[in-house]
Amino acid sequence: MIDKKVVRVRLSWWQKTYYPEVARGLWITASHFFVNFARHWMRHVFRMKSVTPGAVTIQYPEEKRPVSPRWRGRHRLMLRPDGSPRCVACMMCESACPDECIYITPAETPDGRVEKYPAVFDIDLLRCCFCGLCVEACPEDAIRMDSFDLDLASYARKDFYLDREFLLRNSELTTHAQYDGELEGRPVSRLNLLKDTHPTTPSG
Amino acid sequence: MLLIVETLIALGKIAFVLAFVFSFAILLTWAERKQPALMQDRLGANRAPIFGLRLWGIFHSIAETFKLVFKEDFIPPAASQFAFRFAPVVALFPVLLTFAVIPFGNQLEIGGRVILLQVLNINVGILFLLAFGSLGVYGIVLGGWASNNKYSLLGGMRAVAQTISYEVVIGLTIIGPVMVYGTLELGDMVLMQNKLLFGWLPMWGVVVQPLAFLLFLPAGIAETKRTPFDLPEGESEIIGFNLEYSGMRWGMFFLGEFIELVVLAGLLVTLFFGGYHVPYLYDSFELSGVGGFVFPWGATIPLADVWVVVLRICSFAAKIAFFLWLQLLVRWTLPRFRYDQLMRVGWKIMIPLALLNIALTGIVLLAL
Ligand code: SF4
Ligand code: SF4
Repeated sequence: MIDKKVVRVRLSWWQKTYYPEVARGLWITASHFFVNFARHWMRHVFRMKSVTPGAVTIQYPEEKRPVSPRWRGRHRLMLRPDGSPRCVACMMCESACPDECIYITPAETPDGRVEKYPAVFDIDLLRCCFCGLCVEACPEDAIRMDSFDLDLASYARKDFYLDREFLLRNSELTTHAQYDGELEGRPVSRLNLLKDTHPTTPSG
Repeated sequence: MLLIVETLIALGKIAFVLAFVFSFAILLTWAERKQPALMQDRLGANRAPIFGLRLWGIFHSIAETFKLVFKEDFIPPAASQFAFRFAPVVALFPVLLTFAVIPFGNQLEIGGRVILLQVLNINVGILFLLAFGSLGVYGIVLGGWASNNKYSLLGGMRAVAQTISYEVVIGLTIIGPVMVYGTLELGDMVLMQNKLLFGWLPMWGVVVQPLAFLLFLPAGIAETKRTPFDLPEGESEIIGFNLEYSGMRWGMFFLGEFIELVVLAGLLVTLFFGGYHVPYLYDSFELSGVGGFVFPWGATIPLADVWVVVLRICSFAAKIAFFLWLQLLVRWTLPRFRYDQLMRVGWKIMIPLALLNIALTGIVLLAL
């Protein structure tokens, strides 16, 4: 039998009167209050941008936290230099997928240079668990999860059912840096965020 | 004619006090999020722009009011229909009444008519305040019981037990100031606090009754049922009396709580921090001559009575704002008491200390 000896801290008489300890706690939070208050004013009212920000908040829809290059998000399909999808419809990813949420209909290529191409390539993101097994299984490096699409949210379920055209949309973006600021016209500079994680918009 | 004028003056004072209390209460809904944000290195509510003007999110109070009013007002079918609707009213209105006895100025002479800057000048002022302040808990236990939910009922019961315990403490602590000032009327009490001790120290309650202040502050916070003592509500896990409430009915409980904060701040200021007084500032009634600053080292700055009143209302508002800030600071710093701790502190520590304070005050008063 394992006994856990609980060490009870005996409070001194001074601590048991509450007031000094409460005052100490209040002093800590109040000093944060006043320091942050002063910092906000210096940064946003007196425009002294070198002052440490008064908050560590990242104001999400406008600013995004930088993600690691290995971060797994919404899938994308890659293209060959000639513009055709790299995918050869080998079904490896569909077989590997533990959630069975990839639906591929292969078709024969007209020129016969490669045997098949995906006529239909759908992913149901609502079933996907973002495990990344499809990416690992792919022999052609045709499917990746580095779209850096953070805000997967919608009012309709059908918006999470991604078809081939949608998955091919960000195919040309190959690096983190190239991707920067180009997501659907949204002016987000992730490079900037990587340098300074503190919010820069003037708001109290 | 006289009656009409009197009524108009009374209505004007009531409107002023209500506007005063409500603007503090509504600003509190915003400060309640913004201040903890600053304390915790966050930004807090900063949206809800009006024409692109964000003003540190101050319009969140308006947005929130609209949200509460338009939210679905759900009444559980098994709840007691009348009591469920009635409870928020009981929780809110007695609290609104309490501010009536708190003076926000001495008096003002307009056209030969002396206007007392206090809605209700009754000689049992502080008893009135305590009586109506404690009526609020009926609304809470009624709401908890009417919801037909055992957790609500338990929350209501906790509220009653806690409020009754700490009412005893409050009742006993205010006896100290009452003994010193020799009156139950808050206006007279405030007037007494402008006297000087040793020729330079304003005779504020906190100077003459420090122990009473140290007991009154936590007991008052316990009466407002906020965080170190928020067992009746316990929104973070144990849930309480307002569990079944939604929309503006819930909002009324909440508004009542915020108004309680303002009233507590007003009471603290009135009893212990010189009420509306600015140190060394007197009006013409007190000096029986020209009012103004009379400093202990002999310098004087004469001021018209209107300016004295304006200065005093500003000082009253500033003091209240400080105590609201302090209450929010406490609320966002300290964790909740356990129920047995709450009862032990109330009955075994604070009540004996309050009795001791009465004895000490009596001895000192006799010796002087
Ligand atoms: S990430 Fe996992 S679950 Fe999602 S599609 Fe790929 S293999 Fe399936
Ligand atoms: S594993 Fe790669 S090549 Fe094979 S079907 Fe999937 S995406 Fe296409």
